[in-house]
Amino acid sequence: MNPKISAQNVFYTYADGTEALRNVSFDIDSNQIFVLFGPARSGKTTLLRLFNRLSDLTEGGSYLGTILFNGQNIFERGVNVTDLRRRIGMVFAVPTPLPGSIRDNLIYGLKMAGIRSRSILDERVERSLKQAALWDEVKDRLDTSAFALSGGQKQRLCIARSLALEPEVLILDNPTSGLDPLSTGMVEDTLHELKRRYTIIMVPHSVQQAARVATCAAFMLDGELIEVGDAKQIFGNPQDQRTEDYVTGRFG
Amino acid sequence: MKPQQVQKLAFGIITTSAALVVIPIVLVILFIIVKGIGALSWTFLTAVPQNGMTEGGIMPAILGTMILTLGTAIVCIPLGIGAAIYLAEYARDNRLSRWVRLAIINLAGIPSIVYGLFGLGAFVLFLNLGTSIIAGSLTLGIMTLPVVISTAEEAILAVPQEFRMVSQSLGATRWQTIRRQVLPHAMPGIITGIILGLSRAAGETAPILFTVAAFYLPNLPRSASDQTMALPYHLYVISTQVPGMPLSIQYGTALVLLLLVLSLTLVATLIRTRMRRRRDW
Repeated sequence: MNPKISAQNVFYTYADGTEALRNVSFDIDSNQIFVLFGPARSGKTTLLRLFNRLSDLTEGGSYLGTILFNGQNIFERGVNVTDLRRRIGMVFAVPTPLPGSIRDNLIYGLKMAGIRSRSILDERVERSLKQAALWDEVKDRLDTSAFALSGGQKQRLCIARSLALEPEVLILDNPTSGLDPLSTGMVEDTLHELKRRYTIIMVPHSVQQAARVATCAAFMLDGELIEVGDAKQIFGNPQDQRTEDYVTGRFG
Repeated sequence: MKPQQVQKLAFGIITTSAALVVIPIVLVILFIIVKGIGALSWTFLTAVPQNGMTEGGIMPAILGTMILTLGTAIVCIPLGIGAAIYLAEYARDNRLSRWVRLAIINLAGIPSIVYGLFGLGAFVLFLNLGTSIIAGSLTLGIMTLPVVISTAEEAILAVPQEFRMVSQSLGATRWQTIRRQVLPHAMPGIITGIILGLSRAAGETAPILFTVAAFYLPNLPRSASDQTMALPYHLYVISTQVPGMPLSIQYGTALVLLLLVLSLTLVATLIRTRMRRRRDW
């Protein structure tokens, strides 16, 4: 089976000369929860933002290498970036509703894609909210402001908002960073449900969370990929001394 | 002195200087109102000047200033917002944006009489538009551009970066993001800048001196290529050029101009507070 996403010899340098990624290569298979973990400033977020080319928004950054999505190089000329971002959804560390109602948020991406049909929009709203385990809490107030939701609800709304576009891959960059343990648990449960239909790539909040949710994991340090493999192996029997030190809490 | 005493003294000085700012504006407004209120009447606002402008009203000048303000808006709003979007969203730092920025700084520093002469040379003579509303509006519009561009750019840059990232991560194009997220949130600031710029343009004399303003024109303009009277120029004329002008008419004209400009500022404030209340983050 071909990998869903394949990073091959990826380098990334910011405008100020910081080398954020150095020769990173690995594959991500479908229907996994692929966790990218490591200490701060190890290049995780930089890598995530390359996958959907949100890195384009960062001025002066430059990349080298290849990232294949379904076998196609996303950096190739003529790649439809907006279409790529619809197929690779992203959830940010801080829950970021757009101004407007809950429904406005959910249908934003669809509307930008030119979908106007009320029935399709309504159906996607309901389905994505159910997938993100938020439907029961908000079904009676879809037209109220998204900012009135609690932190955990906002983050599940952001997940639902990405799912409304029916992506193939869902990227989550430390999605539980500002959430209490209860909300964190709900988001994690949601992810387990979602992996049946989607490929999930996630930067976790902690090693503990990584071990809880991951099916596959990659350990990053200073912009380099140290070790990648099955979650059981990475967290149970790491091959590299640095991975073991980090997983067992000796640094980081 | 103890830190607490220094703190009290500093606070006192700061409060006093803030309060002092209010005094001149209150005095100016009061002075004009007291001297001019007697001239205000329905006739004064709706009649044409008569008997060598020493009697009758100032309706053509009021209307002329409104038309010129509208013309200025038509020139400076699209250009100004367009330039601001370019500077804030598309080109943070390249050769063109550096040139545009340099141009804005210099435009803002040019004395208004120089704009008047430029308008005369460029629009009235070179483009052969004649002394006309269109030439005057172009001159005032260009003069107003720097204010509109810098306030609009600031308002656009103040929109949180997350909205742009989220919008584009959901597959919106850059333009959709600007149109749907950035501009709506920047709009109160942009409108404030526009109206402040316009209220300055409405009160300017020098730029319209050679480009549009008529000394005395009882007939209303029929097209954009006609001349028109305008309040600031009319005020200048009746204060310096017409002997035997009753003081009450001069102050009455000043009061009308003041009220017009103040009402523009008031509208700006209202729009801003209303739009601020509507957003909910």
